[in-house]
Amino acid sequence: MSDKREIDDVTGVETTGHAWDGIKELNKPLPKWWLMTFYASIVWAIGYMIVYPAWPTLNGYTKGVWGYSQRAAVSNEVQGAKAAQATFRTALEKTPLAEVKNDPDLLRFAMVGGAAAFATNCAPCHGRGAQGFAGYPNLNDDDWLWGGTLPEIETTILYGIRSGDKQSRISDMPKYGVDGILQTSEIDDAAEFVLSLTKRATDTAAVGRGAKIFADQCASCHGAEGKGNPELGAPNLTDDIWLFGGRKADIVQSIFTGRGGSMPAWHGRLDAVTLKSLGIYVHSLGGGK
Amino acid sequence: MADTREGLEAFGDVLAVLAAALFALVGAVWFFGSSDPAMSFHGLLMLIGSVLAGIYVLNTAFREKAARAIGNYEPPEGYFDGPIKVATVAAVIWGIAGFLVGVVLALQLAYPALNFDLPWISFGRLRPLHTSAVIFAFGGNVLIGTSFYVVQRTSHARLAGRWSPWFVVWGYQLFIAIAGTGYLLGITQAKEYAEPEWYADLFLTIIWVTYLLVFLGTLWRRKEPHIYVANWFYLAFIVTIAMLHLVNNAALPVSFTSPSSVILWSGVQDAMTQWWYGHNAVGFFLTAGFLGIMYYFIPKRVERPVYSYRLSIVHFWTLIFLYIWAGPHHLHYTALPDWAQTLGMTFSIMLWMPSWGGMINGLMTLSGAWDKLRTDAVVRLLVVSVAFYGMSTFEGPLMSIKAVNSLSHYTDWTIGHVHSGALGWVAMVSFGAIYCLVPWLWNRKGLYSMRLVEWHFWISTLGILLYITAMWVSGITQGLMWRAYDSLGFLQYSFIETVEAMHPYYVIRAIGGILFLSGSLIMAYNVWRTIRGDEPVDIAEQPRVAAAPGLRVQPAE
Repeated sequence: MSDKREIDDVTGVETTGHAWDGIKELNKPLPKWWLMTFYASIVWAIGYMIVYPAWPTLNGYTKGVWGYSQRAAVSNEVQGAKAAQATFRTALEKTPLAEVKNDPDLLRFAMVGGAAAFATNCAPCHGRGAQGFAGYPNLNDDDWLWGGTLPEIETTILYGIRSGDKQSRISDMPKYGVDGILQTSEIDDAAEFVLSLTKRATDTAAVGRGAKIFADQCASCHGAEGKGNPELGAPNLTDDIWLFGGRKADIVQSIFTGRGGSMPAWHGRLDAVTLKSLGIYVHSLGGGK
Repeated sequence: MADTREGLEAFGDVLAVLAAALFALVGAVWFFGSSDPAMSFHGLLMLIGSVLAGIYVLNTAFREKAARAIGNYEPPEGYFDGPIKVATVAAVIWGIAGFLVGVVLALQLAYPALNFDLPWISFGRLRPLHTSAVIFAFGGNVLIGTSFYVVQRTSHARLAGRWSPWFVVWGYQLFIAIAGTGYLLGITQAKEYAEPEWYADLFLTIIWVTYLLVFLGTLWRRKEPHIYVANWFYLAFIVTIAMLHLVNNAALPVSFTSPSSVILWSGVQDAMTQWWYGHNAVGFFLTAGFLGIMYYFIPKRVERPVYSYRLSIVHFWTLIFLYIWAGPHHLHYTALPDWAQTLGMTFSIMLWMPSWGGMINGLMTLSGAWDKLRTDAVVRLLVVSVAFYGMSTFEGPLMSIKAVNSLSHYTDWTIGHVHSGALGWVAMVSFGAIYCLVPWLWNRKGLYSMRLVEWHFWISTLGILLYITAMWVSGITQGLMWRAYDSLGFLQYSFIETVEAMHPYYVIRAIGGILFLSGSLIMAYNVWRTIRGDEPVDIAEQPRVAAAPGLRVQPAE
């Protein structure tokens, strides 16, 4: 299209004289505010480049007049956070576990720190409220597989359960069915006896047969009365608290395949103060002894 | 003269058949030679596609030869619109597919059980399917279709090439099929927005170079003395995407029949290259290309001159120059050196006004025609898209500021930002362009129904607003929860607590997505009825430009 400048009726502005498929363009100047804001952003950017590291050079980069470095800034923040906790952390490190409760401020620090560490590290298995799931014990009750005193809880946290750590807590319930130690009918009888410990048995004859099997096979770990043994991580079978389910079918399954979950060792993964805090927090959850 | 033309066409036919044979051969090698079932399947797709294309070319050539022999051959004249029609329909179909996968993902995030433990529809595989489907399949087809349409009209020239435009369009669909099925079958090079493996990348490179040549060839033939602004944007998009694609995907295949490859970059250089690519995919694919759409369809639809020629020049060159630097803002507070972060951030800030230049030119083109916002829902789609463009190009520079980024990065705020741009700008301007194009391409008096466009507009807008507000709230909540410390210096929340807190927003986001998907289904119905040639139900409510150029009522002088 040849150069045919015309005046647009609506705006009173001249067109550029071209048309493409009927589309014309107005010869408007750049909006002032637009241009000024653009210039301002350039000025700001140049200023920022002067004070902060900005341009690569042959063997480095322009450092900027403020001498800012992200690594230094992070390191300062981390130092600051550490310094803010230093007093409590030192005190907690020195104070024996059993004596922490005598200092209310220190106890509070340990509890809050323990709760934070628990939420991040322990909650995935034990649940946010430490309520547990099938196979992962509830930590709010007073039923402790491996003991509920402060030192016992600390040992469990430090070295884990069947964790592969040298000092790990270990026990190994036989796989009565899988390994053919007991016949299916015997397992059924034993399960009926276990049910009787919580007064839920329905077949008295089976309970009688099961009692003998229990005495031969189970009592060495679970105790003659089935009250369990924290030394071996053998659960109390009389309190109606079940890690793997308390229905008869669950109990049969437990006897058939054996049970034994695992928990990682946390020493080496978390620092000593955090571990101590975790112990205090877990101990406080309800059933600490 | 006629002989030269006939000779050239015959030469074109021979080249097209040879190319099809070559692709068929490569497909056969992959089909029979690859030990990977997924790649073998891709070889089969390539083989079938190439054989069909070869047969079609041969058939056409012999038919034309026979027609010439009896003297009733009519050489194609006027604009070359077949490939544009294919791209337009493909855009509608891929759009629905991409939005649907997005809705599934949104629901999976709200209710994780919805992946049904099936590997093929797990989040990790569906996510690239969603992003690629909406960006490359939906957006890419809209760009290819509109660019072929616009460059012909504004250059007053027929599209260059006899088979090349067809190859660009159908080859691109085959690329999409290979890339998409690859994700579901577990083939990925794990680079965000560049997931396809080396063989799909190479195929796309050939398509893209052909696309560039077709576009340049058409500009070369133009009968207008100047190149229209929309074409600058389209050209910038095509050239830059070619460069980004080649550099970011530089990889060494394990073997010719293995789908795996080793990327040439490593460590922080790889991260920087990836985000140089990623951000400029936003800048040149989703911004420059769609600004090309805006610069043609808005003035055309409202029948007003572009607001400022000067602004279009200045904002074009500043946008092109500044955008390419902004990538490092995706890597704030990482191993990327401080100086690169500074450059990424400062150039992002300087990019604010160049981006807004496009918005001003788009919106102010309505001077003297603002009433059309009320009367023409297609104009409303186009204009609201520009408003969303303005909003997200303000939000982008804001989020590139390090202090803001330290809160927003890795949170849903980023997802919300992307979607205000993708749903609000890219998709809405595409819908507007599709509603314009369909009656124009299929020579109809107007759209089947303008009222359905109204419904589409309102349902989509509501969906977008639900989506982005939910993501703002969840993103900022997330960011604040992550950084919350109590008075003793311990983290206030565990990660899982922050995930739980997001649940209601994820549900709202999914509802927004469902609304947006519903709108696109309404569009598909409307487009289908229009293409079928059904009489428009409300022609009196449609502007004269809704009709195809030959069917328009001329305004009184």
